Amino acid sequence: MEPQDVDLRAPFGPLALPNPLLTAAGCAGRELAKFVPLDALGAVTTRTVMPRPRAGHPTPRAAATPAGLLTALGLPGPGIEAFAERELPWLAERGARVVVSIAGERIEEFAALAGRLGGLPGVVGLELNIGGPSHADLGLVFAANPAISYDLVRAVRRAAPAELPVYAKLAPDVLSITDIAAACVRAGADGLSMINTVPGLEIDPDTLRPALAAGPGGLSGPAVRPVALRCVHLVHSAMLAGRLPTVPILGMGGITGGLDALAFAAAGASAVAIGSALLHDPTAPLRILDELRTALAARGLAAFTDAVGLAHRRD
Amino acid sequence: MAHPVRCRAEVVGCAAEGAYQRLVLRAPEAAPRVRPGHFASLAGEHPVVRDAVPIARADAAAGTLELVVAGGPRTGTVDLIAPLGTPFPLTDEPVRALLVGHGAHSAPLLALGEQLKARGGQLGFLLGAPTAAALHGVERAGALTQDVLVVTEDGSAGLTGLVFEPLAQAARAIDASVVFAAGPPDVLAPTAAVAADLGIRCWALLATDLPCGTGLCAACVVPVIGADGVSRFARACTEGPVFDGTRVRWADIGTVPADLEGV
Repeated sequence: MEPQDVDLRAPFGPLALPNPLLTAAGCAGRELAKFVPLDALGAVTTRTVMPRPRAGHPTPRAAATPAGLLTALGLPGPGIEAFAERELPWLAERGARVVVSIAGERIEEFAALAGRLGGLPGVVGLELNIGGPSHADLGLVFAANPAISYDLVRAVRRAAPAELPVYAKLAPDVLSITDIAAACVRAGADGLSMINTVPGLEIDPDTLRPALAAGPGGLSGPAVRPVALRCVHLVHSAMLAGRLPTVPILGMGGITGGLDALAFAAAGASAVAIGSALLHDPTAPLRILDELRTALAARGLAAFTDAVGLAHRRD
Repeated sequence: MAHPVRCRAEVVGCAAEGAYQRLVLRAPEAAPRVRPGHFASLAGEHPVVRDAVPIARADAAAGTLELVVAGGPRTGTVDLIAPLGTPFPLTDEPVRALLVGHGAHSAPLLALGEQLKARGGQLGFLLGAPTAAALHGVERAGALTQDVLVVTEDGSAGLTGLVFEPLAQAARAIDASVVFAAGPPDVLAPTAAVAADLGIRCWALLATDLPCGTGLCAACVVPVIGADGVSRFARACTEGPVFDGTRVRWADIGTVPADLEGV
């Protein structure tokens, strides 16, 4: 088996992705296109789009931590109308398959965004940012409660065109991520993105105050990889055991190389996304795909799909 | 922004300059695209964040970049992305320019001064630092103009005080039509204020933490008044690091002003 013979195609629910590597929400756009052709990615996930323009949090918004990055941006963005007029057409012109990350302050806002985005050029899916550290300080955590998650996903599923897949992005800091995953899938989620950033705090040694202006933040980077792998493995196990319907999982959290991507596939991810790796190396996607091809070939795996869920096999 | 290039750049020179090292990096693809004010981003040991360093000068023919950095000598190769950011604006007409730099942040002003002089411009330098050892570029500035004023906070070289304190006097002395400044916000804010009082342009290269340097992380935002009069957050790494000093809301850095629009 030679690396160039490996089939990287990644069916992801109704999507036929050319490869399994996506960008995580908020880490792609015009800046990334200077380093990587956006159509070379499996898909591109936008930063979270909300109904209205938001400035986000003051600075400092980021702090480097051991093997990670703590951030609290506060969901800055231009709002849905400016996104639809300016950002989305630009992405679509470049042939990017666009997964739009959306969030609202109420369930009705999520549903309205889903309705607005359906049918727009380039949009291949919606990712519901239903709860992360960015939300916690806004008093918005939908993902911590199965019943609220269910209502939210159901409302979006009804508002979005039937052919547009809807993915729920799950937070890792919940009592039972399997319960949340089950609620989302039963409500009609076509897939699950795991994980959102991990809540964290850093103290500035000089001021002895929180290092970020917002106080707490979300941790990403290699530090969270085992946390994310556990979540993917746990939910995939529950699917295999029939405790929730099987839907594809988009795995993310600290992936920096092909072996990381392969580990997520083995744990049960049908596709993977990178975020903080792009901050360190905006050319990472092509390298990671090369490394993934090599890693699959070295293990005698002819296709990426052959690796999905391998960690659960008993033989 | 010029199209940036990522490469492994060989360190082909490293020489101590005062408290700093001048690194010469071989980056033949990047060098011809560099303009004064562009910066380079270097990867260190941290797996996520990078270090942003203003490019001191670029030699297109030799295919090299020079960076002035703190710390010990370096060898081998570095993971480099360059050029990044929005450089200083240059016009073909000669200008009378005062260049104001703080510590190693003065480095890109020297290459800028060379280009302004080549366009027939007249130059004055105002170079400051906490101590004489932390000054940078005094000799190089002296090779470009006799109008070089040095200021240190402890008085160990030149005038005693902060770099912007003699600014109005220095600007008047050369009848400056524009100020080019480089340093942290506490140097740039008063510099921009003095320039505004004098009614002259001020281009300010903001030295601040740039976790990625490429615009992806959106952590380095500063409140800036747009051409439409509306304030928005601008990323220091992409819209900057060079800003029109009168457009930056210096006193509001680190806050979200109530009238700020989302971006």
